[in-house]
Amino acid sequence: MASRAPYSHRDSMLKKRDDLEDILEERRNSSDLRYALKCYAPVLYKGLTPCKSIVLKSMVLESDQLRYVINQVSKETGEAADVIQEEALAILEEMGHRLQLSTVRFFAFALSKAFKALFKSVCVNEEGIQRLQQAIQEHPVVLLPSHRSYMDFLLMSYILYTYDLALPVIAAGMDFMGMKFVGEMLRMSGAFFIRRSFGKDKLYWAAFSEYVKTILRNGLAPVEFFLEGTRSRTCKSLTPKLGLLNIVMEPFLKGEVFDVSLVPVSISYERILEESLYARELLGVPKPKESTSGLLKARKVLNEDYGSIHVYFGQPVSVRSLAQGRVNRSQFNLVPRHIPQKPSEETQGFVNDTAYRLVRAQEENMVLKPWVLVASLLLQAHYQYQGGVAPQGVALEELTEHTVWLRGLSREFGAFLHWPDNMLPSDVVSSSLSLHQGLVRVSEGRVWLALVEQGPAGAGDPCGDAAPEEKLFAQAVTVLSCASYRNQVLHVFLRPALLAAAIHTTPSAKKEDVFNSFCFLRNMMANEFILCPGADVQDFDEACYLLGKMGALQVSQLQVAATCGGYKTLNFLTAMLDPFLQGYQVVCRYLCEEAPEGLTEKQFVPAVRNFSVKLLLAGHLKHCEVLSSDLQKNALAALLRLGAVQRVKGTEQVTLKVNKMSVNSLEDTLGGKLSTQKSVLARL
Amino acid sequence: MPGHGVLQASHPAVAAAPSPHKHGSSMASGGGSGSGDSSGRRPTAQQRLRVIAGHLRKPADGGGPGVGAVECSAPGDKADAAGTRTVPRRRQEVMKWNGWGYSDSRFLFNKKGQAEFTGKRYRLSGMILPSLKDWFEGTFGASIQHKTPATPLLNPNAVKPPTLNEAFVEDLKSAGIPFSSDAGDRVFRAHGHCLHEIFALREGKVGRVPDLVVWPNSHNDVVKIVELACKHDVCLIPYGGGTSVSSALECPPEETRSIISLDTSQMNRILWIDEKNLTAHVEAGIVGQDLERLLNENGYCTGHEPDSMEFSSLGGWVATRASGMKKNIYGNIEDLVVHVKMVTPRGVMEKSCQVPRMSAGPDIHHFILGSEGTLGVVTEVTIKIRPLPEYQKYGSVVFPNFEMGVACLREVAKQRCAPASIRLMDNEQFQFGHALKPQVSSIFTSFLDGLKKFYITKFKGFDPHCLCVATLLFEGDREKVLQHEKQVYDIAAKFGGLAAGEDNGQRGYMLTFVIAYLRDLGMDYYVIGESFETSVPWDRVLDICRNVKERIIRECKEKGVQFPPLSTCRVTQSYDTGACVYFYFAFNYRGLSDPVHVYEQVEHAAREEILANGGSLSHHHGVGKLRKEWMRETISDVGVGILKSVKEYVDPKNIFGNRNLL
Repeated sequence: MASRAPYSHRDSMLKKRDDLEDILEERRNSSDLRYALKCYAPVLYKGLTPCKSIVLKSMVLESDQLRYVINQVSKETGEAADVIQEEALAILEEMGHRLQLSTVRFFAFALSKAFKALFKSVCVNEEGIQRLQQAIQEHPVVLLPSHRSYMDFLLMSYILYTYDLALPVIAAGMDFMGMKFVGEMLRMSGAFFIRRSFGKDKLYWAAFSEYVKTILRNGLAPVEFFLEGTRSRTCKSLTPKLGLLNIVMEPFLKGEVFDVSLVPVSISYERILEESLYARELLGVPKPKESTSGLLKARKVLNEDYGSIHVYFGQPVSVRSLAQGRVNRSQFNLVPRHIPQKPSEETQGFVNDTAYRLVRAQEENMVLKPWVLVASLLLQAHYQYQGGVAPQGVALEELTEHTVWLRGLSREFGAFLHWPDNMLPSDVVSSSLSLHQGLVRVSEGRVWLALVEQGPAGAGDPCGDAAPEEKLFAQAVTVLSCASYRNQVLHVFLRPALLAAAIHTTPSAKKEDVFNSFCFLRNMMANEFILCPGADVQDFDEACYLLGKMGALQVSQLQVAATCGGYKTLNFLTAMLDPFLQGYQVVCRYLCEEAPEGLTEKQFVPAVRNFSVKLLLAGHLKHCEVLSSDLQKNALAALLRLGAVQRVKGTEQVTLKVNKMSVNSLEDTLGGKLSTQKSVLARL
Repeated sequence: MPGHGVLQASHPAVAAAPSPHKHGSSMASGGGSGSGDSSGRRPTAQQRLRVIAGHLRKPADGGGPGVGAVECSAPGDKADAAGTRTVPRRRQEVMKWNGWGYSDSRFLFNKKGQAEFTGKRYRLSGMILPSLKDWFEGTFGASIQHKTPATPLLNPNAVKPPTLNEAFVEDLKSAGIPFSSDAGDRVFRAHGHCLHEIFALREGKVGRVPDLVVWPNSHNDVVKIVELACKHDVCLIPYGGGTSVSSALECPPEETRSIISLDTSQMNRILWIDEKNLTAHVEAGIVGQDLERLLNENGYCTGHEPDSMEFSSLGGWVATRASGMKKNIYGNIEDLVVHVKMVTPRGVMEKSCQVPRMSAGPDIHHFILGSEGTLGVVTEVTIKIRPLPEYQKYGSVVFPNFEMGVACLREVAKQRCAPASIRLMDNEQFQFGHALKPQVSSIFTSFLDGLKKFYITKFKGFDPHCLCVATLLFEGDREKVLQHEKQVYDIAAKFGGLAAGEDNGQRGYMLTFVIAYLRDLGMDYYVIGESFETSVPWDRVLDICRNVKERIIRECKEKGVQFPPLSTCRVTQSYDTGACVYFYFAFNYRGLSDPVHVYEQVEHAAREEILANGGSLSHHHGVGKLRKEWMRETISDVGVGILKSVKEYVDPKNIFGNRNLL
């Protein structure tokens, strides 16, 4: 084991968090109309006056940055510069936001109505709002909310409007623009649209990045975007995308502003509107194209209860302090700053670390409801009993007891758990169950997942006595929906769980061996979970500390051993990771055993799905989470990263070249058949 | 036109002394920019020059009547000139031993709590500055009730007895070169004007000081001294004007040999003037004011006016790559120097001809310029001279904000029509300038001031907390100056600039020289501060100003400074491709246990910020020991290697052991 920095006990995990206030309460007691028409006069950066979108566009168009690229493109293509300039203008027209207070007021009104119908409460930490208000006045601000639902950015703007804060300019995917009327509405409430992929289109990149930077440099408005790039269908945080983060850091790195504040915002939904939609999507039903009529159909959701939303504005992070000692800003001294430059390796590493850090901050401040604990337990029970006799479910008292136990564990691990202390635990569990009645069945004091056999599942499940395959998919929808709640709490348990799994697969109790297994698993799972690059040692120490504190492990200088009393904890933790470990093994197995020569990247997901369906139906596999395309893609990404699979660019398609030896050995190591010391990983 | 008015009398005043700190080198140094001046309201150039000449004339302490220019221009008369010197051997008789400038000139708050400036040398001397107290207390949160007086006299017991190399001293004696090991003489030459140096002196603390001071009288004396130093292995530290602000004069504590301070002040003659080629050959110890005065008497000038020109020396300018405020017309020191003689341990280095330019390998002058006393002593310099300009005029322009001001300076530079000097002060300095307005005698003037203020802020809508001021100095033929003035004001108008009168311009330049004296006032009341400079490309001027000022404020807060610091800047020079920016920073240190350390940390952070924003390590103060740590990243490994190998060849025994630069 390499030299390790002494571990500072991570009580920051247990840091005090702010209290949350329900902003809907006031809406229920006073006029929405008056609220929508209230005087709205937010404080701006350095007391700036807001600037018209036309002015902004011409600032961008006349910027040295954009002009440089226009000339460059003009030289390369032989087109006249003004033609390219027109193109750039068109891009900006397509992209630009057009904030209008009247639209904002309309949304304020409509959303008040909708929120009151949908949610019990929308809770916000007001201290976070105060910090944000302070930050907005001092430096340009970037808002980085987590992304779990379409609602996210409307919700953000709604909250900021409520607190009389400057409305953000929001980077949104172009797909929204397809929604005719709504697209324009969103634009007028501050959204600007970026194409999902613009590859090497220099002009687009220049116009787009300059647009964002101009807003930031001048502090015209807070900029908001989603670090995760897209909505997480699994409710796990996604590996952050770096493009926009690079852009918003540049004004600081190039000295154009003194600092930039990054504000992670954690939005958690007690029940997600898109819950079963996501599950279906993960199972291969393609995502419906966003359309206005689709949105209207979604109206029926208005009749259901979606519980509460918790929005937590995290501590603003100063890019300057992060960059201190990490990025040498004088690297930009030798080329005029308007000429686009590829960021140095040092800078890239810095941006990447920052991105992880911010996503971790989002995770840590994510409010968790008791239901996520219940869901985790139900799911484990489901896997445990499955394969045995007919599912029995769990006795309600037992479930309550386990949930209370898990509450203790998760709090020890620093979870931000919102547990109503004034209620009996059994009532807490019951009310969680009733909110999620689409996913669970309660009868005769027992509880189980609402799989199809048990009766009519949520609306739209067509299968009474359908083909086994269809039945399997219908079950999988429930399991994946349920898993999406478990996933919300995963980050709390992740490091200890990796350690538990490592201990489980390591025959010896030597600390060094356990550490190696831990690193292997961590490395393998690095595309699945948010694990900061290069933080093996810290993560290992953290896990040892937490489990040692719980009395589940005895950690000495050389040994890491499970204690007798730690059995329950360790089991729970191992079981938490099990679906993923199994899933990855299935992917490996497919690649070793069934993948044809010249398998294309496109075919990969459906092929793995078919393979898994076979295994599941044959009863060789119990975790139907392996059907999730998210898991499959993450597994492939991990294998690509480890070099066990290579992408070969053909003329039309990308094919996957599998190194069967490596993949096989990875699979064995995952399954604990091969010790990590001998693993191919060492050789990779 | 002889003295009209006041100032001329015997010594008047002007001159520049600029920022507290300006310059630096082991030898004197050159500084930044401009000087103030005096003279009546509408001085003609002649008048002004007289005035300057007047001021600079040294009071009669030692002696003889003024030096005749004639003598100077007549080669060979050296001996006669020796009688009249601005800088005596015992400097402490005329200048403060623990502060800036002349002993008789200082700011103080009188019994009524009003600020006044003592002495008779300067335009401001004897005047009351009614608004300074409020500005001072308001800006720093200081109070004139809370004093931190300096130790009045040097305690000779605090100075370690000298470590003398007896054999060297014997040889020196037989060579007939004057020297001294008096504590006062030695302490005076152990420091420049960095904050930490002056702060320590005020507290009566003295570190390592030279063991001996020698006063060579000529080039040949220097050759002799350097030979002896090599022979006896002692360390030589050249000393010019002592205005260094880079710790260049500090004796390296690790030096175990005897340290000899080589004071060039007595080598102060103009050896000849060549009117056909417009050059003058001058001994390097001459200080700026004497050089200008003597040349003026012959109808010439060099036009080199660093802010420190009252005290800094020609040799120091060369050794630190000094810059003068009128460089737009006359050039910086590297443009002015035609020929240099430098005595090194290897012998004398000089070119064989005095030509405007030559292509004969790398220019050896550039090993000398900026060498900061690490390679040898500059003894004689041939410098360009110009006929005195016919006419001189100040001016000023008010801009609605700093951004507009910078844009205007940039445009002026682009059109290459910069006046002799053009400087832009930010809003804080503008307000500072106002605090230095002397008491107005007539109701009419104060009425006029009120009217001006009303016009600018109310009628033109300038925000008094944003507006900033550019000060201008034009020089040349009367007609051309007027034409030039119009051109510059026209450009300024395009950037929203309004002409704001000669008076404001003149006060701006005055501020430059009094600010150095003001630091001593601040230190009497818990306020410490300093200025530092950099050069930066045009496109980064605004960014660097904003970021560095902000960084200073933030660092002060983090280091526990109780009251927000004064953090301000100005653009003092403009070039085709960039500008020189000066930062001023001062704070109230009540409640801090180690204020100097806090100060140094903040300055360090500010320099880091400058470098991160594309600024240089220094525009003209030099590196000394204060900024050594950044040399490698500034000039690259190979660059450092080249300088090292030059040092290695020229001075293998490290006789010139001040350890500056590398």
